[in-house]
Formats: sequence, C-alpha cells, structure tokens
Amino acid sequence: MFNVNRQMLTRGALAAAVAISATLFAGFALAQVEGQPTPGGLGLPNMVTPVGLGTQQFYNMVLMPIISFIALFVLGLLVYVSYRFNEQKNPIPSKLTHNTPLEIVWTLIPVLILLFISVPSLRLLAEQVEVPEASVTIKVTGNQWYWSYKYPEDQGGGFGFDQMMKPESELQPGDLRLLSVDNEAVVPVNEVIAVHITSNDVIHAFGVPSFGVRMDAIPGRLNQTWFKIEKEGVYYGQCFFICGKDHAYMPIVIRAVSREKYNEWLAEAKQKFASADSRVRVAAESH
Amino acid sequence: MASSTMAGAHDHPRGLRRFLFSTNHKDIGTLYIILGSVGGVIGFLLSLGMRLELAYPGVQIFPGLAEALQGADPSMALDAGKNLYNVFITVHGVLMIFFMAMPILIGGFGNWFVPIMIGAPDMAFPRLNNISFWLLFASLVLAVISMFVEGAPGMKGFGGGWTFYPPLSSNTGSPGPAMDFVILALHLAGASSILGAINFITTIFNMRAPGMTLHKMPLFVWSMLVTAFLLLLVLPVLAGCVTMLLTDRNFGTMFYDPAGGGDPLLFQHLLWFFGHPEVYIVILPGFGIISQIVSTFSKKPVFGYLGMAYAMVSIGVLGSIVWAHHMYTVGLSLNAQRYFTLATMVIAVPTGIKIFSWIATMWGGSISFRAPMVWAIGFIFVFTMGGITGVVLANASADKQFHEGYYVVAHFHYTLSLGAVFALYAGFYYWFPKMTGYMYSETLAKANFWLLFIGVNVVFFPQHFLGLGGMPRRYIDYPDAYALWNLVSSSGMIFVTLSLVVWFYAIIEAFMKKRLAGANPWGVGATTLEWTLSSPPPFHQFQVLPRITGASR
Repeated sequence: MFNVNRQMLTRGALAAAVAISATLFAGFALAQVEGQPTPGGLGLPNMVTPVGLGTQQFYNMVLMPIISFIALFVLGLLVYVSYRFNEQKNPIPSKLTHNTPLEIVWTLIPVLILLFISVPSLRLLAEQVEVPEASVTIKVTGNQWYWSYKYPEDQGGGFGFDQMMKPESELQPGDLRLLSVDNEAVVPVNEVIAVHITSNDVIHAFGVPSFGVRMDAIPGRLNQTWFKIEKEGVYYGQCFFICGKDHAYMPIVIRAVSREKYNEWLAEAKQKFASADSRVRVAAESH
Repeated sequence: MASSTMAGAHDHPRGLRRFLFSTNHKDIGTLYIILGSVGGVIGFLLSLGMRLELAYPGVQIFPGLAEALQGADPSMALDAGKNLYNVFITVHGVLMIFFMAMPILIGGFGNWFVPIMIGAPDMAFPRLNNISFWLLFASLVLAVISMFVEGAPGMKGFGGGWTFYPPLSSNTGSPGPAMDFVILALHLAGASSILGAINFITTIFNMRAPGMTLHKMPLFVWSMLVTAFLLLLVLPVLAGCVTMLLTDRNFGTMFYDPAGGGDPLLFQHLLWFFGHPEVYIVILPGFGIISQIVSTFSKKPVFGYLGMAYAMVSIGVLGSIVWAHHMYTVGLSLNAQRYFTLATMVIAVPTGIKIFSWIATMWGGSISFRAPMVWAIGFIFVFTMGGITGVVLANASADKQFHEGYYVVAHFHYTLSLGAVFALYAGFYYWFPKMTGYMYSETLAKANFWLLFIGVNVVFFPQHFLGLGGMPRRYIDYPDAYALWNLVSSSGMIFVTLSLVVWFYAIIEAFMKKRLAGANPWGVGATTLEWTLSSPPPFHQFQVLPRITGASR
C-alpha cells in the first residue's frame, strides 16, 4: 500500500515535471514569433535579413563569448586573490610592484583580442553602410508622432500614407499593444529595399530589430539604409530616438510578401491612398 | 573640526560665515559633498519614479504625479504624465552627472584631499574655490526650477534627454522657457567646473611640497590632474554648444536649424566632443580613489605606478577623440564609422591595464576586507562588466542593433551608476574617518554595500536582455513582451532604496556614537599624507611644509 502510494507520487511528480517543462518549452517556442519581441526573451530576435543575420552571428559567435570569458576571468581572479591573499592566509605582504613582461603581456593580449574583433566588425559595417542596387525604394518620414511612407511613381507607386499606432480600444485579436498600426508598409520579400529616411520636425529614429536596421530621421538630412527580407511575415519596429511625449507611441510595421502579392497591394494602395492624399491636400489648402 | 588647533594669523570663522564665505578647501569640499548628496537623492527619487512606472506595462503613476507635482489639469493628465516621464529622465541624467557624481568626486574628495596629498596648505585660489561652489548651487536651483516652467507647448519642464538634441530642444520642440533654464544651469555648472579645473591644475603644478615630484604624486592626484585638464578643454565646447542653442531659441540664429542652413548634427558633434570626455571626467577620479584604497588595504604599493598614471593620461587623450561613437546611426560616412570604431576599441587597452594592475596590487598582498576595500573590489567587478559591453558598443556594426536601446542603458549604468557610484562610496567610507574624526560602523557600511550591489545588479542586468530583445530607451510604456524583465529590473529598486536608508543611518550612527578614528585607522598600508594629520585635520594644515623623501605610490 505504502509502496504503491510512493510509486504513484513519484510518477505523478515526474508527469508534472514533464508537463511543466513541456508547457514552458511550448510556450517558449510559441512565443518566439519572428518580427516581434519575445516575452521574457534573453537574446537577439530571430533575424530575417543578411545584415541582421550578420549582426546575430557577430554578437553570438564573436562578441558574446569573448566578453563572457573576460568577465568570468576577472571575476575568477578577484575571487582567487581575495581567498589566497587575505590577511589571515598571507599576513606578510610581498613588495612586488613591477613585472615588465607581465605588463607587456596584458597590454598586447587585449590588442590582439581587439584586432580579432575588428575584422568581422568592419566587414559587417561595410555591408550595412554600402547600399546595394535596390529594386524598391521607399521614403520614410518621421513626424511627431507617426511615420509616413512614400512609394515612388517609377516603381509602380506614386502614393504616400501615414502609419499610426492603433489605440488600445481598436485592437483586434492578434494585434499587439503599442506595436500594431493602421496602415502596414508592404514590401516584396527577397528583394533589396532601399529606405530613405528624414524627419519633418524633431529627430526620430527608424528601427526594426529583426532587420538589424537602425537609422536616425533628422530634419534637413536624407539618410539611407537598406534591408533584404528573406522570409515573408510581419515585422515590428519602434521609434529609437526621444521625440517628445508620444515617443513610445509611434511603432513601425513592415509586411513582407511575395512579388505578386506586392504588385497587387501596390495597385490597391494606389487607389486607396490617392484619395486620402487628395483629401489631405484639400484640407491643407482650406487652411 | 571644532577640535582643530588654530595657529598663525588666519581667521577661523564660524557658523554662516564659515560656510557661506568659506575659502577653506576642506569646508568647501564638505559643502560639495552635501550638495552632491542632495542632488543624488533627488536624482534617485526621479529614477524611483521611472522604475515604478516601468514595473508593469501601461501608464500608471505619471499622470497622477503630473497633477501632484506640476498642477496639471486632470483632463490633460495623461499627456502631462507622458511629458513628465521625459522630464524625469532628463533631470535624472543632469542631476546624477552634474550634481551628484562631479560635485562629490571632484569638488568634494578633490578639494579635500588633493591639497593634503601633495602637502599643500590649501588650494591655489581659495576665493575662486568658493565661487565655484556657489555657482554650482545656483545652477542646481535653475535645473530644478526648469521642471516647473513651460517647455513643450502646454507642458511643463524639458523632456528631451540629458543630451538636449535640437530640434526637440529648440523652438520646434520646446518653445517654453524650461530649456532656457537648463541652458543657463549648464552655463553656471560649466563655469563652476572650469574655475575648479584651473584651481586644481594650478595647485597641482605649483603647490607640491618639497620632494613631491609629479612621479611621486598619489594616483588620486594624478586622476584629478587628468580630469581637470579634460574639464578645461571640453567644457568651453559645451558652453559654446549650448550658447548657440540659446541664440537659436531667443535671437533668431539658425546654427542648428536646417531651414536657415544650419545642421542639428553640429549640435551633436559639439555636445559629444564634450560629452564623451565627460564620462571619463566622472570615472577617472574613481580610478584614483580605487588605486589608493586597493593599495592601502593590500598593504602594498600600487602595482605598475607609472603604467597606472599614464594609462589615465592616455584614457583622457583617447577619450577626447572618440565622440562620434555616440552617433553611429546619424548617417556618418563609412570611413568615419571605421575610424570611430577602432579608436573607441583602443580605450579598452589602458582600461585593461588599470584593471589588471589593481588585481596585481592585491596579488601577494595581505588584504584586510574593511568596508572601503569591499566597495573597491565591487567596483572592479561592476566596472569590468560595464567595460566589456562598452567593447560591444564600440563596434559601429553591433551598435546598430543596440543604439538608443536598453543595452546601452545597462552599459552606461554599469560604468556610472555602479562604477562611479561604487568608487564614490568606497572613497566616502575610506575618508569618512579622516573628514569627520569618527569611525563608521563596519557592519552598516557592509550592509550598505551588499544592498546596493544586489540592488543595482538586479536593476541593470536584466536590461541587457531588454536591449537585446529590442526595447528602445526613454519609453514610458513598452510592448507586453518586455514585461518580465522590466518587473525584475524594477524590483531591484527595493534593495537600492534600502541601501540608501542604511547609508543615512550609518552616517547618523557614526556621529551619535562618536567612536574616535585617530590619525590613521587603516594601519601600515595607508601611506599618503592625509593619514599623517589628525582626524579631522586642523583647519589649516601643513604650517610647515612636509618634506617627501620616501618612495612613491
């Protein structure tokens, strides 16, 4: 009787442990949706552009191991020194104040580590800054407190629209608080998108974490960056420079679709936003 | 200080005259420490407000705060609250840098111990010293007033971050007078620091006791010398930078306005030409303090003294030519980004020399774990943590993922909120017996350490995760995915708050118990000149200049 009970208890505990870890894992896997922040996430988001993947590799494979090692090394030294050379263990201090070879070593080794870091770093930097030939160019303008997008006429566009955050009262199931917007910006997948960025009022910054892209929107300047999304999906970003009271309320949403769908969207959007555009113009003239 | 013996013709004023008109470096140092503590407590309360707000997603406490503090109309409370949050982050930054770290480390410990450590009776220009302090006091008043006058249209206070980038700080973003108050506060603080820097440089170059050569000066004095040079070089740039903003705002100039041919980036370059050396201005005195303490409690001279001194000089020089690493996302050319990446990474080398030399000083020593030493070891660890994330952020390529996000917030709080503050506490407990004559309670000082060490790590370590996940900084509200680590981060404030309470109690307890410290409470390791004087030192020390013959440290 007692035995059976214990067995049952053990089995129950095991089952519970499996269930808990399964839910945790499932929750973790479910929660990791590309393009949006992961609840309780510990690392970089899943990257979907070549630059983003490069950043992820650079951080996860080069920077993170090196800095973790240095932190643990210094911590280890501190612990060892505190243990080995405290006044109980070592009542007579040594007179050691110089050791030229040692000093040369701890100058040179950091130099070598930095050189090692700088090679992939500079390669990635050039990839970020040098914009390749783009098949789609969009112009993004920061405003207090929303983004506007313009699609050029010669690429099938010729319209512009504003992208506003959906207020909490209008959120649909599946929408994300503070991240979902009324008009998503649509771009084709697997094509180089050049983004021209400026601002109408104060400085903003256009940033989409899963693209590895962050670029300031500065009045009077036209900045340029690029991304090539390699996976269809909806990608969320936010304003990354303080721009006044609603800084936290001007998200960015980019939807990557196939070329065919993109062309369809262009045609639809042209209709939809042409009227909106003229309405804005009328309103502006009536001032 | 009442016990000090008065000798010679010098007056020994009392009460209001002693402190208001003070020309005594020790009294002025004390005033700076008090001012810095007041600034620090206000700055801490602001950060407490921020962390309370960020504990949960959504906007909770700031609308109410705006009604209570700024008299906002209830119908406008939500907007006023969002604005007030930005005002809090701005004033928190300004206070912690200009009115907490700098006054205590430079004005406080520098004034107190630079003259004593080099065997001088006082600072070179005692009256200049007085006006330095009172300019800073006036500046603090202006900075606090700015929170209660109009900034952005219909809002009170300037909420654009401590870097004051136009156009948010020009008439486009904040037409009200709040920003003008901030500019004038910066002018006064800058003038105060420039006068102080002139005073330190003159004192260190001309008033060293016979035999105290530059290469025998204690490292704390070296750190103050480098700091003073940095202040003297970069604060005029800040003054010019904000003066142009003042004329843009009030007299129709267009330095930063693209509509008139100006450029907002000019402001950023000028601001960071000041701003990056400024972070070394805050941390270098800390390096000096840690060197003294590690040597004292290991009962060994500092390892690699010359390397340590010139590492600080090279950190000062390098720190002045890397400013644009704060601007990797503004659209700098590829070559500019390459240069600033490499130059910034080089700073890791002298910083590494310092960290390894501190450990080598402890190596072979006979370490006594008194409170200042515990704070110093804590400093070495947390500063290393901040330093290595600095190496990450030095890379323009990696920075594109972290810029203006919480990874950056975690990084600079590990160097400043943990690094500089731990050095400050280390120095405070190290010199408290000297300054007051009373011994603090070892238990309370260590409780203070552990509470703050646990607190700040719980607050700031999870912010690395937030930054990696993509959370932008200066946000009053965040997507729900960031809720977990924000809650953890906010919960650390419980320990931080307790640590402050313990700190105050430790001070009160020391003054009530009146345990006499004696001239040198630290024993054989404490070899700098301040430990040859009584505790507290006489009102005027070194009537006869000491003669330095022994080895340097």
